[in-house]
Amino acid sequence: MKFGIIVFPGSNCDHDCYHAVKHIFDQKAEYIWHKETSLKGFGCVIIPGGFSYGDYLRTGAIARFSPVMQEVAAFAKNGGLVIGICNGFQILTEAGLLPGVLMRNKTLKFICKNVHIRIENNRTAFTKTYQKNQVLNIPIAHADGNYFADQDTIKRLEDNNQVIFRYSDKDGKITEDANPNGSVNNIAAIINKTGNVFGTMPHPERVCESILGGENGKKIFEGIVSATI
Amino acid sequence: MKAKVYVTLKKGVLDPQGKAVCGALESMGYKEVKGLRIGKFIEIEIDGVSQKDADKRLKEMCEKLLANTVVEDYKVEIE
Repeated sequence: MKFGIIVFPGSNCDHDCYHAVKHIFDQKAEYIWHKETSLKGFGCVIIPGGFSYGDYLRTGAIARFSPVMQEVAAFAKNGGLVIGICNGFQILTEAGLLPGVLMRNKTLKFICKNVHIRIENNRTAFTKTYQKNQVLNIPIAHADGNYFADQDTIKRLEDNNQVIFRYSDKDGKITEDANPNGSVNNIAAIINKTGNVFGTMPHPERVCESILGGENGKKIFEGIVSATI
Repeated sequence: MKAKVYVTLKKGVLDPQGKAVCGALESMGYKEVKGLRIGKFIEIEIDGVSQKDADKRLKEMCEKLLANTVVEDYKVEIE
């Protein structure tokens, strides 16, 4: 199984993703420069975190017009697995591959810390090896993670079980205090309707080995690998 | 031709930046300030199209890139 990791000018979590995929999960991994126009041979595409195009105009707004993004849209349309992490999630919403938008954090501050999230739906390729309602401690690092969409869109997401992670306290309670950035309904990660495009603000690739602080993100990648074999 | 594009947050969308600046003005003694929202102002130089086409194309630019219409409104003025 070959993972492709897209690299925009300003991506900075691309190496973390590469390391996780290649050295921890023993899968093939290749960087894909954003000017590339083919995704042939890849089983999963990762859009990593960072500050593509310096976050100019809006986060993800310019990256979504990079040539490779047309291919990502076609890849997703054909059922290919796409995971966008942090800036990757922002790019996927700008590209219209996921609904809604990630706005400036309510506190206006860049937040870099570990938070708790609750697994809301484990019937996806990305979360199937977690338990439903399982609580994970996982890092976030963003200034624009405040998920917003109009009421109809939120209702649709909730009705279709497209909310995958919610910010919670350590016991799994969804509270205002546990919401770091002001996201509607404490939303931290969502999936598209067909279940193959996943966007998450928390960084699973940063918690894949205990020496780096935990293994809570491992199952995301294990899920992807087992889904595509 | 010069176009001025104003991008503003839609009504009802929280603007924490505007709120913070509003609070600062109030605390400076400008008690008349009752609300403040922050947006973007973009100036675009345009050449080689008629005003009618420019209108249409600027609208496209706003829809596609300059504004995220999920949360933002835009207004275009051509000089």
